[in-house]
Amino acid sequence: MAFEKPIQELEEQLREFEELSDRNNLDASAEIAALRARIEESIDAAYADLSPWDRVNVARHPERPVASDYIAGAMDDFFELHGDRTFGDDRAIVTGFAQVEDQRFLLVGHRKGRTMKERLACNFGCAHPEGYRKALRKMQLAARMGLPIVSLINTPGAYPGIGAEERGQAGAIAENILGMFSLEVPILAIVIGEGGSGGALGIGVGDRVLMMEYSYYSVISPEGCAAILWKDGERTPDAASALRLTAPDLMQLGVVDGVIKEPSGGAHRDRQRAIDSMRRVLLEELKLLKEIPKAELLKRRRAKYRHLAAVPGRFPESGAATP
Amino acid sequence: MSAEIAGSAGLSEEPQKRQGQAAEGELGETRRRSRLRWKKKDMPGGLWVKCDACSQTIYRKDLEDNNMVCPHCSFHFTVNGTQRVQMVADEGSFEERFGGFEAMDRLEFENNGSYAEKVKKTAEKTGHAEALVSGLAEVCGRPVVLCVLDFKFLGGSMGEVVGEKFALSCELAASLKRPLVVFTSSGGARMHEGVLSLMQMAKTCSALAELSDAGGFSICVMANPTTGGVTASFAMVTDLVLAEPGALIGFAGPRVIATTIKQELPPGFQRSEFLLEKGHVDAIVPRSELRETLAKLIDYSSGS
Ligand SMILES: [Zn+2]
Repeated sequence: MAFEKPIQELEEQLREFEELSDRNNLDASAEIAALRARIEESIDAAYADLSPWDRVNVARHPERPVASDYIAGAMDDFFELHGDRTFGDDRAIVTGFAQVEDQRFLLVGHRKGRTMKERLACNFGCAHPEGYRKALRKMQLAARMGLPIVSLINTPGAYPGIGAEERGQAGAIAENILGMFSLEVPILAIVIGEGGSGGALGIGVGDRVLMMEYSYYSVISPEGCAAILWKDGERTPDAASALRLTAPDLMQLGVVDGVIKEPSGGAHRDRQRAIDSMRRVLLEELKLLKEIPKAELLKRRRAKYRHLAAVPGRFPESGAATP
Repeated sequence: MSAEIAGSAGLSEEPQKRQGQAAEGELGETRRRSRLRWKKKDMPGGLWVKCDACSQTIYRKDLEDNNMVCPHCSFHFTVNGTQRVQMVADEGSFEERFGGFEAMDRLEFENNGSYAEKVKKTAEKTGHAEALVSGLAEVCGRPVVLCVLDFKFLGGSMGEVVGEKFALSCELAASLKRPLVVFTSSGGARMHEGVLSLMQMAKTCSALAELSDAGGFSICVMANPTTGGVTASFAMVTDLVLAEPGALIGFAGPRVIATTIKQELPPGFQRSEFLLEKGHVDAIVPRSELRETLAKLIDYSSGS
């Protein structure tokens, strides 16, 4: 990421100073403090003025916390549940029972992995139909058990391949979206990295939908949009701007309900702090969602999406037709 | 290929006759006019059309009289919203609803001109304000709520207006206790509306969930091509999912898949017949049996 270059250079200098002073027992504390301050400043300066395309790259940063980091770093208990009981166990989606303090819930999330081996096993977070079917099956189980659902979204998109189409990728995503409107337990969805199109929405219908500060959520990848509309890959940054895919954009459009602040310089710079922020918000949100009477839950969720981000008065008929 | 659940008995006589009458009756004038429009805009070749599938040259009137199905190889040409309504609805029965809704350029999306400008031009060209045509109609005497996605309107893409009109149509179907009949032909979500278009996938499914809980009945007929966010939302989760013969239907487009896996795709991949074999559609229905099949299925939906 080009905008991180000056920060990385300063960080490099800092490391050298620290090593030097350790090795030679020199007092470089003044220089080190000054460098630290300069790093802070350059991080703040760079991140105060990120372009949408920069933000997409932060969301894709290889050091950014992924689902397994949130599970390890924020959950007090986690018991993974595998498989769709029909075809297989798609590693690109993780499901399982989880607990944070006194809150029990079902966790569903895209899984990207961190090492190259894990990334390949998870298809870089691109799920197949059996992944979506696994998620729906476990969510329906959670609904019967009265467990709320927490969904962690982080996918470039659902996998485009022969097997995926043979096994009904479109139908699987559609069944999930439809099915999530009939789950009588609270659903909290959090975009932690990439919110890639239908593949994200396939586990993304929620009573509350939040975004981590430097995540993005889009109908198509900036690369795909540039290729189709501009017919020019070089225009990817322009496509990223045009799509209005950043967390502040989605707040402004009224598509999401909140943004979780990340440590300065992004979650990849201080993973545990990002994970702690998410954990705090998760606990607050679950407590609030549990107060909604069960009979109200589906009505509210359906009405929310029925009128999501609508411009008041634009479709006069739709108000009257609402139940 | 003929529909597996649409047999040959029952209603077979009546629709044939109707279509015959329509060609000579009042609809003749509308057809002549729309024919003129195609001649000028869409098919500059004049009286003859070349079939995309078998490359045979077809006399245009023969093609039109055959519901835009190639008389040589049965290739189903993509039809526009007006043609589809004429093909499906009983003569004179269609009453358009929510026709005035227009797209809004909320993102101020610019690429080689503004989105607002593109919509305006497309509306002038197609004679419709948006890609979804919706209204009340009768099919072989059965009252329905009819929705048709027009591929000619920005690739039948789904933005806020399409989602809203679909949801309103579900609500209309529930309140009038009429079946919802939807035809799709779409490249998916409308990129120019960004994440707002993505959210229409959820909006349409929430409306279908309400319709279903209200005891409603819905049928979707996917025509060539239906891909992306339309297939991955309402089109695949109506009570019955039908397809026209030979239609391209899928989540990802074939070019995206070929690029991703760096392989050539097998013949027939993502066509209706492939989806039927893999278990993703209930039946394939040729246009010649469309009206009678819809009528029959509607009759079954009301129980014994
Ligand atoms: Zn032909």
